[in-house]
Amino acid sequence: MLYSEKVMDHFSNPRNVGEIENADGVGEVGNAKCGDIMKIYLKIDDGVITDAKFNTFGCGAAIATSSMATEMIKGKTIDEALKLTNKAVAEALDGLPPVKMHCSVLAEEGVRTAMLDYYTKRGETMPEEYRPKCDGDCSECG
Amino acid sequence: MIIYADNAATTKMSQTALDAMLPCFTEAYGNPSSPHHIGQEAAKLLIAARKTIADLIGAEPSEIIFTSGGSEADNQAIVTAAILGAKKGKKHIISTKIEHHAVLHTLKKLEKDGYEVTLLDVHENGIVRLEDLDAAIRPDTALVTIMYANNEIGTIQPIAEIGALCKEKGVFFHTDAVQAAGHLPVNVKEQNIDMLSLSAHKFHGPKGAGVLFVRRGIPITAIIEGGAQERGKRAGTENMPAIVGMAAAFKEACDNMSENMPKVQLLRDKLIDGLLKLDEVILNGDREKRLPGNVNVSVKGIEGESLLMMLDMQGICASSGSACTSGSLDPSHVLLAIGLIHEVAHGSLRISLSEYTTEEEVDYILEKLPPIVERLRNMSPVWKKMKEVK
Repeated sequence: MLYSEKVMDHFSNPRNVGEIENADGVGEVGNAKCGDIMKIYLKIDDGVITDAKFNTFGCGAAIATSSMATEMIKGKTIDEALKLTNKAVAEALDGLPPVKMHCSVLAEEGVRTAMLDYYTKRGETMPEEYRPKCDGDCSECG
Repeated sequence: MIIYADNAATTKMSQTALDAMLPCFTEAYGNPSSPHHIGQEAAKLLIAARKTIADLIGAEPSEIIFTSGGSEADNQAIVTAAILGAKKGKKHIISTKIEHHAVLHTLKKLEKDGYEVTLLDVHENGIVRLEDLDAAIRPDTALVTIMYANNEIGTIQPIAEIGALCKEKGVFFHTDAVQAAGHLPVNVKEQNIDMLSLSAHKFHGPKGAGVLFVRRGIPITAIIEGGAQERGKRAGTENMPAIVGMAAAFKEACDNMSENMPKVQLLRDKLIDGLLKLDEVILNGDREKRLPGNVNVSVKGIEGESLLMMLDMQGICASSGSACTSGSLDPSHVLLAIGLIHEVAHGSLRISLSEYTTEEEVDYILEKLPPIVERLRNMSPVWKKMKEVK
């Protein structure tokens, strides 16, 4: 198993580590059983993601995908951010080893779970197709 | 600074072993089965290597079978003992929950073939209790296979006592001594061991060579069929350079054991003491009954692979029992067997030292680790939750 230089870069210098106080959306995905937990915080103003931060317990790929996913959605509109896929995150990192693809799924799910929280807090309904699917069973992904 | 602290995975070759191997490539390169003089040069080296290893474990040369390594030796011991047992209607095998996969997966295969397997609990300290073994032995028990020392948590099993009990009950006893050989004394007679596996690359020998010791009188069979090498117990032209290197490395390790191991143990204890001073770090495995070079801790709130990667950036090579390092989603079966919950098992760190480890290296690890742990904990939702609860 070999990580790309981009994965190593985002692992050793992760972007957007931290929490956002009074975040507009917070989402936690994964479980300790599988060894990866990701918590994503979003600040959303006028339909634009003005800030994104994360806390992650997990392997190198989990930290790198959290870093990359939060980077990719910052400055994007809600509609754009909802379209973020795990594949796009993995590609932006110049690929992930096959056994680590589930980490990119976790990043996608993390963003969507935070979005769901945002919609819920506003009393709005999240578009069905972008709702998170993670049921905590890690063997389903990757 | 580059620090190799993954000696339970494999070790650096000893110069003595390497020097012993080189003539096998350049001069005595013959096939030991050939009657001409170049073949006979190789045959002499093979005989000498066999005697060296036999002497060092209290065995006879005829009781030594050279294999490709520890896994093959484990496979052969267990599969053929199972076949012998079945001939007498005995199809029950006893082992432990913390064996190497070379043993556990072989037992799984036998289960599918109708054998019954009992895996003994090792309790919180990672050590088998004799009364548990005594209670598990049945009239139809064909084999007891219990590792000498564990590869992950380093715990040492009461091998002599287990051997005595098996002898008393008339059950074959095999031990996977891959982690112990060259680090702890082995005497198959005194310890009543019927079969034993060892591997060269765990004591500064080359990869690709191992030994299966089988007590004389146990009619073990081959699992690799072909030529009549190894008295018909293991076909295939002998891996001469590796066998010769293994014998040289084993002799060096055993000759210097009483001098080296107390030194390694002092470094181990310094490292354990230093690590346990950190907040929420626990030792896995027994504090006393453990391999001289084995340190295994769980650093709560962080995951092992990211810890290993950050240590590697500082030049430190170690290991972890996290799922992410195993390629599966489950953490180490050994850590789960001693009662660790998943997230604590995922945060395990194994640092395995050798006689080549220096005190400066241990100090360096103790200096570099705390800031890495702090950095990872600062981005860990698990750690933050733990601290909130407290």
